[in-house]
Amino acid sequence: MAKEYDVIIIGGGIVGCMVARFLSRYKLDILLIEKEVDIGMGTSSANSAVIHAGYNALPGTLKAKTNAMSSTLWEQISAELGVAFNRSGDYVVATNTDQMNTLGELLQQGKTNGVPEMEIISAYEMRKREPLITQDVAGALWAPTGGLIDTFALTVAAAENAVLNGTEILLDTPFEDFIWEGKRIIGIHTPRGAYKSRWVINAAGLYADDVMHKAGVRPDFKIHPRRGEYVILDKADFELTRETVLFPTPTEKGKGIVVTSTLHGNVIVGPNANFVDPKEDKTVTKEGIEEIWTGAKKLVPSINRRYIIANFAGLRAHGNAPCLTPGINYTGDFIIEIPKEVKGFINLGGLESPGLSSSPGIALMVIDLLKDAGETLLEKPNWNPIRETRPVFRHLSPTEQAALVKANPSYGRVICRCETVTEGEILAEIHAPIPATTYDAIKRRTWTGTGRCQGGFDMPRVVKILSDELGIPPEEITKKGKESPYLIRRTKDMGEEA
Amino acid sequence: MKHKYDVIIIGSGPGGLAAAIAAKKNGADDVLIIERDIELGGILLQCIHNGFGLEIFNKDMPGPSYAQHFIEEALGLGIEVILDTMVLDITPERKITATSKRIGFIELQARAIVLAMGCRERSRAQIMLPGTRPAGVYTAGTAQRWVNIEGYMPGKRFVILGSGDIGMIMARRLTIEGAKVERVLEIMPYLTGLTRNYVQCLIDYDITLQKSHTIKNILGNKRVEAIESVAVDEKWNPVPGSEEIIPCDTVLLSVGLIPENELSKNAGVTLDPITGGPFVDDRFMTNVPGIFAAGNVVHVYDLVDWVTEAGYVAGRSAANFAMKEKITKISHVPLSASENIRYVVPHAINRESLKEETVRLQMRVKTPIEEHVRIIVEDEQGNLLTRKSEAYARPGEIITMEIKSDAYDDVQNAKQPIVSLHKR
Repeated sequence: MAKEYDVIIIGGGIVGCMVARFLSRYKLDILLIEKEVDIGMGTSSANSAVIHAGYNALPGTLKAKTNAMSSTLWEQISAELGVAFNRSGDYVVATNTDQMNTLGELLQQGKTNGVPEMEIISAYEMRKREPLITQDVAGALWAPTGGLIDTFALTVAAAENAVLNGTEILLDTPFEDFIWEGKRIIGIHTPRGAYKSRWVINAAGLYADDVMHKAGVRPDFKIHPRRGEYVILDKADFELTRETVLFPTPTEKGKGIVVTSTLHGNVIVGPNANFVDPKEDKTVTKEGIEEIWTGAKKLVPSINRRYIIANFAGLRAHGNAPCLTPGINYTGDFIIEIPKEVKGFINLGGLESPGLSSSPGIALMVIDLLKDAGETLLEKPNWNPIRETRPVFRHLSPTEQAALVKANPSYGRVICRCETVTEGEILAEIHAPIPATTYDAIKRRTWTGTGRCQGGFDMPRVVKILSDELGIPPEEITKKGKESPYLIRRTKDMGEEA
Repeated sequence: MKHKYDVIIIGSGPGGLAAAIAAKKNGADDVLIIERDIELGGILLQCIHNGFGLEIFNKDMPGPSYAQHFIEEALGLGIEVILDTMVLDITPERKITATSKRIGFIELQARAIVLAMGCRERSRAQIMLPGTRPAGVYTAGTAQRWVNIEGYMPGKRFVILGSGDIGMIMARRLTIEGAKVERVLEIMPYLTGLTRNYVQCLIDYDITLQKSHTIKNILGNKRVEAIESVAVDEKWNPVPGSEEIIPCDTVLLSVGLIPENELSKNAGVTLDPITGGPFVDDRFMTNVPGIFAAGNVVHVYDLVDWVTEAGYVAGRSAANFAMKEKITKISHVPLSASENIRYVVPHAINRESLKEETVRLQMRVKTPIEEHVRIIVEDEQGNLLTRKSEAYARPGEIITMEIKSDAYDDVQNAKQPIVSLHKR
C-alpha cells in the first residue's frame, strides 16, 4: 500500500517550491512532483530576477494583493534561506511629459496598493543617482522597496528547506491525471505510479490550464505564453553605477525593456513580449534582440553590443482569468482558489509577473485556503526555517579562500575560469538535498559556464565530474534531462555506422 | 616551493614554454610556470593534426610532438612547474595569487611576469546567433577537446559555422571518426582560416563550404535537430528566399578567437580593442613595467612557430628585466596602421632595439586583396624604414616583415611610423 500524502504539489517552479516550503512547517505529508529533471526549469529559470515593489498591478487584483503581502517578507525569507537579496529599489524612467503623467498615475496606484516611500524624482536627481541614464530623462518614479534576488538560488533553497522539513520531491515525474472519488480528487497518476493525497495543488505554471481542465475547472481558462527575450552583458565590461533596476515608463503593452543589475554582477537587458505557440518556444530571434537592444539604448545609451555574452528567452504563464473583485474590469489576474465544483483541489494559475515577487504571498494564501476549508494546520515543533548555505569561493576574501582550500582541497580547483567556480562547489551541489544531476542544474546553482566563454572551458570538465560522481558514463550526462546528451559515443566506436 | 621567483610564466602553451626556456637561458635563475591543466602543453595537446613546426624545425609535426620538444627542454633546464593550478589575481606589483587542489591557496612574488594565457573561442551570443538553447552547440575547440583528449564524439551530423582553422580541422577530424559534416558556413565572402586547411580538410574530404552564408536559426529544444541556413549580402543582411533547413544534431562554432586577458586587466595592463591583447613593444612588454605577454594572449597567430618565437622574445626580455639591477627609462616610438591594415604588433618599438637586432612586425589586413601588394613602413617625413611585397593579402593570413638595424638612425628621429598597404 503506497503512502498517502496530505498534500501533493504539481510543479517545482518558484511557486510550487515556495508553497512546499511554507506548508512544510505544518504536520503535513507533502509530495512535490516536477516533470523536468530539475526544479525551477520553466519560467523560474528565465526572468528578470526582480522583486517588484508592487505599483504595477491594478488595485483589487490578486496580483496587487499577493505582491504587497510578499514585499515586506524578503529580508526574512532571504536570510532564512541563505539567498542573495538586495533591496536596491527601482526606477521607472520618463523621457517626456506624457510619460511623467503616467508616472503620476503609477505613484497613485502604488499608494493604493500599499507600496511605501515611493516618490517622483527630478531628471537632475535621476542623473545624479545614475549618470549613465539617457540625457532625455524627464524624471523618474523611485520605489525604494523594489529589489533584486537570485531566482535560481531562491527556488533551490525553498525546495531544499522544504525537503529538510520532510517534503518529498520527485523529479522527472509528469502529472498524468487525477484519481477521483466522486467529486473529490484523492490523488494523481504519474508514469512512476499513483500517489494518493487529501489535497492536490496545481502549481504547473505554463501547464496550469491543462491541469485544471483535467480537474474539470475553468474550461475557458487558457495559458497563452508570452515569450520574453534577454541579453546578458559581461560584468567586466559594464555595470550600473549602483545595483538597481531601470524600467522605462510602461505602456498598454507592458512594463517595457528593463536594464537591470543582477546579483551575479551582470547587467541584463530585456524582456520583450511576444505570444508564442507551442508553449515551449524559447527561441531567441534576431528581431527580438534588435527590439530589446533598441529599447535598452533608450534608457542607457552607452551600452555596447560588444558587451553581450549570452542571450536567452523566458516564457510568462500569461492567463485570461478575470479579476473577481467586484468593479474591477481586468483579465489576466492570478488564480488562487479552491474551486467550488471539486473537492481536494487548490488551483493556482496565470502566475506570470509578478509571480516571483508574489510567491510568498501566494503560499500564505494557500495556507489560508486550507484553513478556510477546515484543515487544522498544526505546526511542527521541530520545523527549521533555516537552510544551510554552502561556500561560494568567489564571494570569499583571500584569507577565507585559503582556509576553505585548506579544509577541503577540492575548493582549490577552479573548474569555471570566467566565474571562478571550484570543483568543491560543484561536488556540493551534486550531493545536495536536491542533487544537481545535469549541466544546467550545476550552472543555475553555481554559476558555472555563465561567463564570457559560456562553458567553452568548463563543459568537458563538468561532464566528467558529473559522470564520476553519479557513476554513469559521460554519454549519459545531459544538459537538461533526457534527449539532451552532450556526447554520443566513444571515438573509434563506429558500431553499425562504420 | 619558493615564494619569490625571477620570472613567473602564466600558461604552458607554446608561448609560455618558449618564454620560460628563453628566460632561463638568458640568466633568470628561478623560473616558474603555472599551468591550469593537468599537464604542460596547453591547447597543443588537443591539436593532434599536423602542420606544426614547419618554420622552426623545418619538419611537419603534430601538436603534442611539437609541445613535447619544448616541455622536455624546459624540464631539462630545471624550470619549475606547478600544474592543475589556476591563477586568480595578478597585481601591478607582480604579486600572484593562485589556487590548486594539490598545493592549496598560494601567493607568489615575481620580479617579472610573462602572461601566456592564450586565447579563448568566441561564443554563440557574441555573434548574436539566434534560436533555441539545446545541447549540441559547441565551440570547435571544446569539441576538439572531447574528441582528442577525452575520446568522445559530441555528435553524428554536424554543421560548422565559420571557416576558421579549428573548424576546418575539426570537420576533417569528425569525418575520419565516422561523423557526417553536412556543411561549413562562412558569413564572410572569403575564407577566414588558412588556404592549406581549406584544401587539406574540406576539399580532400568532400565537405562543402558555403561562403556568404550563416545560421539564421537553431532548431530543437533538448538537442539540436536542425539549423536554418541563409545566404547574406555584403552587409550581412539575409537574402530572402535563400533559407535552407539542414538537419543535424550538432553545431560547431569556429567564429574567432579572443586573447584571454582578464588577469591582465587586474594587473593594470592596457588592452588594444582591435587585437584584444595588451599594447606591447617589440620586447613584448606591456604598459606595466615587468609584465610581458607572449603568444596568442597578445594577438591570435596563424602558426604556432610564430607563437614560440614571440615567446622567446618575451622570455628573454622578462629575464633581462628581472636580473637587471637598475631599470633605465625606455624610449618608445609608436607604430600606426593605416590603409587596410587592421593592426600591427608590436604597437611600439623600443628605440634601442634596432641597435642589436632586427624587429619583427606582424599584421593583418582588413579585407582581402587578390593581387600583388606592397607593404610600406615609413616615418611621417616619408623616410622608408622597410617594405615588403606579397602576392596577395588576406585577413586570415598574418603578414610578417622586419625592420633591420640599418634603419636605427631613422627610427631615432621618427615620431610615429606608419604601416600601409598598396596595390602594385
